[in-house]
Amino acid sequence: MDCIENRILMGNEAIGRGLVEAGCTLATSYPGTPASEVLESVVAFARETGAPVHTEWSVNEKVAYEVALANSYAGKRSSVAMKQVGLNVASDPFMRSAYLGVVGGLVVVVADDPGPHSSQTEQDSRFFSLFAHIPVFDPSTPAEAKDMVERAFSLSEEYELPVMLRPTTRVCHARQNVICRAPRRLSRKASFEKNPARWVATPRYLTKLHGLLNEKVEAIARDKSFLPTRIAGDGSFARRCIIASGVAYANVHDLLREMGVLGRIDCYKVNLPYPLNRDFIETIDQQYDTVMVFEETYPTIECQLAARGVRGRRTKDVPNCGELTPDIIDEVLRKFLGLSPTAKTEPAAPGVRPTLCPGCPHRAAFFAIRETFPDGIFPSDIGCYTLGMNFGAVDTCHCMGACISQGAGFYHAYSADGGAFPTVVVTIGDSTFFHAGIPALVNAVFSGARIIVVILDNGTTAMTGSQPTPQVGIRADGSRGRRVFIADLVSASGVSFLRRCDPYDMETFRHHLIEADGYIRSNDGGVAVIIAEHPCILDRDSMKNQTFYEMTVEDSCVGCRICINTFECPGLVFDEGTKKAVIADGVCIGCGVCSTACPVGAISADSRSESI
Amino acid sequence: MNQQIIISGLGGQGILFLTKLLAQAAMDSGNDVITSETHGMAMRGGTVVSHVKIGSFLSPLIRTGQADMGFFLTAGSFEIHRAFLREGAPAVINTPRTDGPFAIDAAAIAREAGARMATNLVLLGFAVKRDLPFCTVSIMREAIGRLSPSRHRQMNIEGFERGLNYEGGAS
Repeated sequence: MDCIENRILMGNEAIGRGLVEAGCTLATSYPGTPASEVLESVVAFARETGAPVHTEWSVNEKVAYEVALANSYAGKRSSVAMKQVGLNVASDPFMRSAYLGVVGGLVVVVADDPGPHSSQTEQDSRFFSLFAHIPVFDPSTPAEAKDMVERAFSLSEEYELPVMLRPTTRVCHARQNVICRAPRRLSRKASFEKNPARWVATPRYLTKLHGLLNEKVEAIARDKSFLPTRIAGDGSFARRCIIASGVAYANVHDLLREMGVLGRIDCYKVNLPYPLNRDFIETIDQQYDTVMVFEETYPTIECQLAARGVRGRRTKDVPNCGELTPDIIDEVLRKFLGLSPTAKTEPAAPGVRPTLCPGCPHRAAFFAIRETFPDGIFPSDIGCYTLGMNFGAVDTCHCMGACISQGAGFYHAYSADGGAFPTVVVTIGDSTFFHAGIPALVNAVFSGARIIVVILDNGTTAMTGSQPTPQVGIRADGSRGRRVFIADLVSASGVSFLRRCDPYDMETFRHHLIEADGYIRSNDGGVAVIIAEHPCILDRDSMKNQTFYEMTVEDSCVGCRICINTFECPGLVFDEGTKKAVIADGVCIGCGVCSTACPVGAISADSRSESI
Repeated sequence: MNQQIIISGLGGQGILFLTKLLAQAAMDSGNDVITSETHGMAMRGGTVVSHVKIGSFLSPLIRTGQADMGFFLTAGSFEIHRAFLREGAPAVINTPRTDGPFAIDAAAIAREAGARMATNLVLLGFAVKRDLPFCTVSIMREAIGRLSPSRHRQMNIEGFERGLNYEGGAS
């Protein structure tokens, strides 16, 4: 029975709901903004509706992709969700899966981040789909993203191809009223048909598979069901039109209405930017002299049109980088339509920069590292702890797991010059270590790097909403899994110097750092690893076991501001009247660490029983 | 019914929860709604902003100068995001300096009520009482009851009621 309900869902929740409703039986992901809530929603909706779905936070996107791929080989509907840079990690299986194809539908949800708001690039995954010859849907709203999930599964199964669904941040993190239906029960049994020419596909089969892939893409490009939709104009703007996709279309639509031009100029909405419909390309070429394309973030549609008179990001009529906000589109549209520009208003001012939470264990670790090695080099990685740059304790951040390899590279660069080398202290989070740190650690050990690796183990993937790691032992659906311990992995990687301590105990942590520095410089030295273990303070359960203190800044405070500027805790503010630091009421959680950070011992900590 | 609302503050102040409440109340009042929120690193104490658009909109974003009202969880947030407001649009601001027409020391009221974390709800109650957002008191009260996690429900309702009953400021 199709029970219908209207609910407010976030874009990622709508996608998760769509996956469950479409009868997807396996959903994998690795957390990353703006994609993290997709899998969490699959878990929640599967539980709510009783739909049988295997869900997992895989250790990285490549693994997640391969697990989903095999479920699809067995004939079942599958999905994998990641952020755009996650697709870089999964690109190896992604590219080949286009050649070999799938059996059960495979929907690859890749969330792009134009802007970017929370990513290391603003790359356009639709370009990746073009590169791989994999069709891509580009939703403009949460409701549409949900509808596109079923369309993507159908397309995937009709052509035996993976299909990408590419929402952007403004779809993922939009909320909208969305129609929900009961999930489909496909009740397919796993049935993998062996076919070495396809599933093993050695090079001699690949030219043929490539040809077959081209034929599939050509057929999809000629499929009339993917013709862009049009709001027809009334002839006021003859031989001119607008083409848009994704959230840029939503912005264009609302702006045209605001200007009173909606329905006066031909406005096309592209749902499937790749492969772009062939008839559409012909229509645009023949019927229009001037065409303005709005899309995020790269000129994917624009490049496929490539007719004279096509303007957009490639021609710089639309800015060739950054998010297409309503303000930016407004300016371009008015110019294109010959309307008078909107009066310039002061744009929003730059905001407050983020910082580590009061009580964050990373703060203690960074403070000690920076203090112990003022001349050190500090490669770091992706997570909350990237904010260590506020402390001068993060010098590089590149991509998941890069810090250990970059640390090794820095060592080799300096050691080749002879003489003393600087202390390289790498910081990497626990989830990032599982994701891409393990091969990097093995490589650093074996290649003879002499570096200190500090694994900031807070027992969670904090930045993206506290997803558990394999060491925590809790799976995506809340069930217990066999725990995999970081210390065991470190030892198995050939590391012989391993220390573990709570960074809140800054004296011991400093002692380990100094000891580690001695080790990397000793005759048989190599990679030293310190695991800094303290749970994320956002984890309510762990906090039940933490001792909290009533903090007081004594009169002996000399007003040096080290606790504010260098320790950078939001729980301390400077009183301009007394020229002393004071505890910020309601902000300080009473972790007590600043008492060891104060150079004159002016911050005292009295234990109290309850947290605030 | 078309209304565009901006909500601005710092990560951790409950901006997302306010966004969810307004969206739910919009739907419960029989309107279409679309919102946009800030997630990711900015939530660690950085500036966060939500857009709420009630009515027949497709885009989740508000253009500069188009918001019909704003919630500002700090005075600093007002300075940062006031540009979103159309001229003369009411700005409901949490600030110790209650000198504006819709300025209220919501943090102090929440603290007095023993509901320190419900500053956002005090601000909401204050605004709903003054008919600034689209919805009625009862629809919003119901949305708060429905969306609050059980451990915070009482605190949220308390905060909302304190905001509703606040007598100071313009009405």
